Amino acid sequence: MNFLASSASDLVKNLESGDVSSGDLTRVFLDRIDSCNGQVRAFSSVTAEAALAQAEELDERRSGGQAVGKLAGIPLAVKDVLCTKGQLTTCGSRMLSSYAPPYDATVIARLRAAGAVLLGKTNMDEFAMGSSTETSFHGPTANPWDRGRIPGGSSGGAAAAVAASMAPLSVGSDTGGSIRQPAAFCGVVGLKPTYGRVSRYGLVAFASSLDQVGPLAATAEDAALLLEVIAGHDELDSTSAELPVPSYSELLAEPLQGLRIGIVESHFADGLDGEIEASVRRAITLYEQLGATVHPVELPHSRYAIATYYIIASCEASGNLARYDGAHYGHRTDEGRMLEELAEERRMLVEAGDSAGAEQIDGPLVRMYRRTRAEGFGDEVKRRIMLGTYALSAGYYDAYYLKALKVRRRIRDDFDAAFQQVDVIAGPVTPTPAFALGERMDDPLAMYLGDLYTVSANLAGLPALSLPCGFSDSGLPIGLQLQAPPFEEARLLRAAHQFQQETDWHARRPSLVEES
Amino acid sequence: MSLSLADVQKVAMLARLQLSDADLERMTSQLGQIVDYVNQLAELDTENVSPLSHAGELVNVFADDNPRPSLTRAEVLSGAPKQDEECYRVPAVLGE
Repeated sequence: MNFLASSASDLVKNLESGDVSSGDLTRVFLDRIDSCNGQVRAFSSVTAEAALAQAEELDERRSGGQAVGKLAGIPLAVKDVLCTKGQLTTCGSRMLSSYAPPYDATVIARLRAAGAVLLGKTNMDEFAMGSSTETSFHGPTANPWDRGRIPGGSSGGAAAAVAASMAPLSVGSDTGGSIRQPAAFCGVVGLKPTYGRVSRYGLVAFASSLDQVGPLAATAEDAALLLEVIAGHDELDSTSAELPVPSYSELLAEPLQGLRIGIVESHFADGLDGEIEASVRRAITLYEQLGATVHPVELPHSRYAIATYYIIASCEASGNLARYDGAHYGHRTDEGRMLEELAEERRMLVEAGDSAGAEQIDGPLVRMYRRTRAEGFGDEVKRRIMLGTYALSAGYYDAYYLKALKVRRRIRDDFDAAFQQVDVIAGPVTPTPAFALGERMDDPLAMYLGDLYTVSANLAGLPALSLPCGFSDSGLPIGLQLQAPPFEEARLLRAAHQFQQETDWHARRPSLVEES
Repeated sequence: MSLSLADVQKVAMLARLQLSDADLERMTSQLGQIVDYVNQLAELDTENVSPLSHAGELVNVFADDNPRPSLTRAEVLSGAPKQDEECYRVPAVLGE
């Protein structure tokens, strides 16, 4: 049996019926990682021993007739932004390159309780800031469909791991599209849940009012299974919603007859790649054949979404990343060299007769912070911290941060009005297919502008899903985005599942040559 | 260009980042472009719009005041670059 090509939902059945043990299934995926990760670099760390120990313990429980969880024995990859007790959690940053947290994130605790076997941690843009997984301290992840191209980001490793059959399921995080955009570029399903649907406890914070954890999988059915396990209220995250979690898997088959799909025509305007437009429009036509109706809607403020997003996200990031001070955990600069540098600077200022300058020089603690942060953070993280610090500084707060929060309200109001008329909004995930490695690294603004279709869902707190809906002539996956009102994940998963009953885009896999 | 080198130097200090001269120059140009781009928000009238800081719009989430076990001191200090088993150790804060 080819377990690598099986869905997680089928693997659950294989494990239940005894076709395969958890230990053997884990070995199948660890072998696959061994032979493919060198080419794709989806994982930044692999915890083979812990995975096998976990799998064998599950096998014993199962053979002893004890109850096992919903994901018992299913191998799974986790983005390196979720805290795993005693295991590296680097966030793709030199700052945390040897950090092993003393506790598990709530999502990790829930996965362990459900019996999921954690294979390792997946590569990401540093602190989840980026759209290409190129800003990682570990180096870039490659797109399994074309290794000269980026996998998307920031959850690029999580998407590439599923696309390359190195894990049937993975967990990512999405602050402005970081699950959906790599899912689109790698040809897998990615869901950003409603803000508050999944606990953020133990998710290393980037922008706290936008961050959300969610599933990546080959099929909507598998994404539903994973969401059921990780969603729900958590008293350790006061922003998590006190709402029951629906049985997403059981709601997938409900017919789409009468589903009202909204289309925003301006999303198909200049700048959208022609092949993406054609695939997305064909997908919408298929929904009509499945009984849905299509209606034009407007989101007049969505053209301001990128500017609004980059102000709010950077402001929140500049505060959240203040915790990396070289004192509590993570990297610290070499103290001896730091003190020598200070003494030398002071000596030179005194020699030059600049006694005022010598008085104003950094104290040792401040210099320790500054050198630690200069060494520990990469360029993109520094840019975001600088932008956020600037926008929040005296004299600019009203013009940038407060203004952006007001536009955010307008963006949310647009969605609320649109969802009076339709049940979901369908459109592209990205304006282009996966771009070449290095192509946008020297042009941060060009990188940001690629996020125009995804950031609004984070600003408005809505659930949004990306699913494969075609390929470019050059063989690159194309994604369809579906957005719904808050807490309507079931609607998105059902629409995606039924699309996948009629199409086989999700069943295609890149050809990677296994290296021994 | 909306940002000067001096602006960027000041922000680097506020953000506790030590940037080289080359970094400061590059940052001035890149941040300038980004700030010019986000300045487009100024064209929107948001006079009577209330700011939306949080999509959930929750207020005052209280938890029962039940003590429960927390991480031990050793666990909390385990990741520290420098510690003495009781406290974090940092360079002198007050003069030498």
